[in-house]
Amino acid sequence: MAKLSINGKTIDVAVEDDTPLLWVIREQIGLTGTKYGCGVAQCGACTVHIDGVATRSCTMPVSALTAEQKIVTIEGLSPDGNHPIQKAWIEHDVPQCGFCQSGMIMAAAALLQANPKPSDADIAAEMTNICRCGTYNRVKAAIKDVAAGGQLGRG
Amino acid sequence: MSLASVTDTKLSRRSILKGSAAAAGAFSFGFAIPFADEAQAQGAVPEVNAWVVIHPDDKVVIRIARSEMGQGTLTGLAQLVAEELDCDWAKVTTEYPTPGQNLARNRVWGNFSTGGSRGIRESNEYVRKGGAAARMMMVQAAADGWQVPAAECSVAKGVITHKASGRSIRYGEVAAAASKLQPPANVPLKDPKDWIIAGKPLKRLDTADKTTGKKVYGMDFKLPGMLNAAIKDCPVFGGKVKSFDAAKIKDMPGVKHVLPVGDSAIAVVADSWWHAKTALDALPITWDEGEHAKVSSESIAAWLKEGLDAPQAAVGNQNGDVKGAIANAARVIEQVYSYPFQNHACMEVMNATALYTAERCEVWTPTQNGEAALAAAAEASGLPLAKCEAYKIDLGGGFGRRGAVHDWVRQVVAIAKQIPGTPVKLIWSREEDMLHGRFHPVTQCKLTGALDKDGNLTGLHMRISGQSIVAGIFPQNIQNGRDPVVFQGLNPPGPEASIGYTVPNLLIDHAMRNPHVPPGFWRGVNLNQNAIYLECFIDELAHAAGKDPLGFRRALMKDHPKHLAVLNAAAEKAGWGTKAPEGVYRGICQTMGFGSYVAAVAEVSVDAGGKLKIHRIVAATDPGHAVNPAQIERQVEGSFVYGLSAALYGECTVKDGRMVEENFDSYQVMRMDEMPAVETVIVPSGGFWGGVGEPTIAVAAPAVLNAIFAATGKRVRNLPLKNTDLRKA
Ligand code: FES
Ligand code: FES
Repeated sequence: MAKLSINGKTIDVAVEDDTPLLWVIREQIGLTGTKYGCGVAQCGACTVHIDGVATRSCTMPVSALTAEQKIVTIEGLSPDGNHPIQKAWIEHDVPQCGFCQSGMIMAAAALLQANPKPSDADIAAEMTNICRCGTYNRVKAAIKDVAAGGQLGRG
Repeated sequence: MSLASVTDTKLSRRSILKGSAAAAGAFSFGFAIPFADEAQAQGAVPEVNAWVVIHPDDKVVIRIARSEMGQGTLTGLAQLVAEELDCDWAKVTTEYPTPGQNLARNRVWGNFSTGGSRGIRESNEYVRKGGAAARMMMVQAAADGWQVPAAECSVAKGVITHKASGRSIRYGEVAAAASKLQPPANVPLKDPKDWIIAGKPLKRLDTADKTTGKKVYGMDFKLPGMLNAAIKDCPVFGGKVKSFDAAKIKDMPGVKHVLPVGDSAIAVVADSWWHAKTALDALPITWDEGEHAKVSSESIAAWLKEGLDAPQAAVGNQNGDVKGAIANAARVIEQVYSYPFQNHACMEVMNATALYTAERCEVWTPTQNGEAALAAAAEASGLPLAKCEAYKIDLGGGFGRRGAVHDWVRQVVAIAKQIPGTPVKLIWSREEDMLHGRFHPVTQCKLTGALDKDGNLTGLHMRISGQSIVAGIFPQNIQNGRDPVVFQGLNPPGPEASIGYTVPNLLIDHAMRNPHVPPGFWRGVNLNQNAIYLECFIDELAHAAGKDPLGFRRALMKDHPKHLAVLNAAAEKAGWGTKAPEGVYRGICQTMGFGSYVAAVAEVSVDAGGKLKIHRIVAATDPGHAVNPAQIERQVEGSFVYGLSAALYGECTVKDGRMVEENFDSYQVMRMDEMPAVETVIVPSGGFWGGVGEPTIAVAAPAVLNAIFAATGKRVRNLPLKNTDLRKA
């Protein structure tokens, strides 16, 4: 049994303590925008925000979380898909198959929140998600666009 | 014809419900059943023809037979239909007919197979005709209504106008009447130079839901009452299950069933996938690994090496007397290259959902070939095709893994058959996906080049030894021991995959050696290694002859103007022959495959510690016609990531008969920090239709390897690159 705060709602879930947050989100809460890609914190497809920090949920046991920690999934990033990152993704036609893109978007949103004017090196260092379709250059262009617009972060 | 009759009654939600004993209670599909929503929401909207449905509000629904897996074919095919239809692009949506509907309608939508970069090049003519015929019927219906000749009417953006009388009418208003007309017998197509929708860099139609998490992939699909399955197949290919102890896990949380799947695999079925996987990991299984357990990468390599000099080999391309040329050469250069097994490693692992009853078997799955998925479901269920259906879900990556072989569909049906009436979703773990791929084949190649005293290439023998994909998947297509696909990019002149050089004495042959590892079509297929072998070796010959690699190639390409034009386009854009930035070195290459001509120039540097940086790659491609240049650019970039991931890191190692690499920690792929700038030059020369998703992948690696030589003097002949120390000796 765990009490979690997900996308602004407090939710009780009946799961074993060692269940990864990813599978709680996908199977108990029913939000499938967060993806399974590797299960070993390598690919980033499962990225969510925990108190604003991009976190790979596949290796985060639910018992490590409290109801005070605010979890945000791709579904909770914006009310209607109009977060600046989401808009830039559409503007740049970033996704190919799209499977990695929830994780990419969550990683990018957290990056810009913490560092609104990232350098190319900052982007390369923070954006370590795997995209097998190879959208990296479009991802980078979209992030830089948002950074240039200055719509995000404390800066 | 009404949509209801088009849709075929067996597709309605009701019948799916009826077939599902577990479907009682709240009904919430995570996924729209093709056409059913339409039928219910709109009443019967008639199709104009198989490709086009136009609603009274002018919404245009274009039907797409091929699968969307990220490559953009959905948008490209819709552009082609919309172009001929002269409709308003802003009103276009798409839908997939099902494989069962295709069969029931005498395959009116043609081939569903989506591989070999064939989506657009193979179907462009009949889909365009579908759009054009629909337009002609719309115009005819309007003309009939006005009682004027159709030839006096014109169309733009879905509005038909009769100029003389000043009348106009919207598509939505005449679609119902048009649908009752006989289709025209003679359907002329537009000249591509008049295109206004096709040929333009339009945005994809399917992006929005990929940015919000709303898009439902196979892994996300749900049916009411559905259970979840995890599976383990014998890690040694060809091995079997000896025994398993279900009692040990039957009391673990959520476990419902422990089921054998065929004679080689065990599935655990549980209330959630996490429960299924956790229990499966705890399940004691003993395997009968069989004779292949002694095979290793080393033993395979030794066997292939023996093939490099074997007397028996199938000939792919031959002219002149290569033996004589080598015997009489001023200089002979000989080198051996090799290329390892690769896993597709689609971002979305293999998965499918199935619902089986004694009367019917249905499967929902990401597939590159819906008809093959349907056939697999029928075979595995033992039911006739007409009692089965496969529903395609957009793929989280395909790359060839989800096309020719539907092993995961057979598995899910074998599981569902043991729990009739209960829907079950099978998801492979990443580890299962890595262990049970359909691997890029393993080959070696010995190249022998004969140079005359002036450094001209007078003879070339390329002996390929190794695995045949066709022998593994379509053995009936092996002709007298010869696999024609092995010679991709090396064939005599032709429209598909021909060599770009004329060598006076040439022999390219293949000694087939098929290890027990199941091969598959992997994005780029055999063009990947063939381009590395030939283009790196040509580079070696150029250097041996003391000639510029571009000039050396040009001299051999006089009779291959299309190859040459693309090579020149890449060289020019990259500034070949001009000074590169300090410490940066260039490599060049060209090839042809999947009907398109491609070339690349890479710029790299290697630091004192041997660390490689790929700064920039310029790629040129001539696919004949460019249906959507913006999406072609994305395919070129994406294919480079896939090809370079393989060249830099990709290697599936065999030990004790099984694959060693089980996840992305040991099977590394390229990430953003390694991504070069990519500049794409599209030079469509018209007159033919080439592919886009695959050809350019093949030029990434050789361009980079040749640039590495320029930078370090080191020839990398055995892939992947991570096994070579690039520090200056
Ligand atoms: S699924 Fe979590 S990092 Fe890959
Ligand atoms: S868009 Fe397909 S894996 Fe990234």
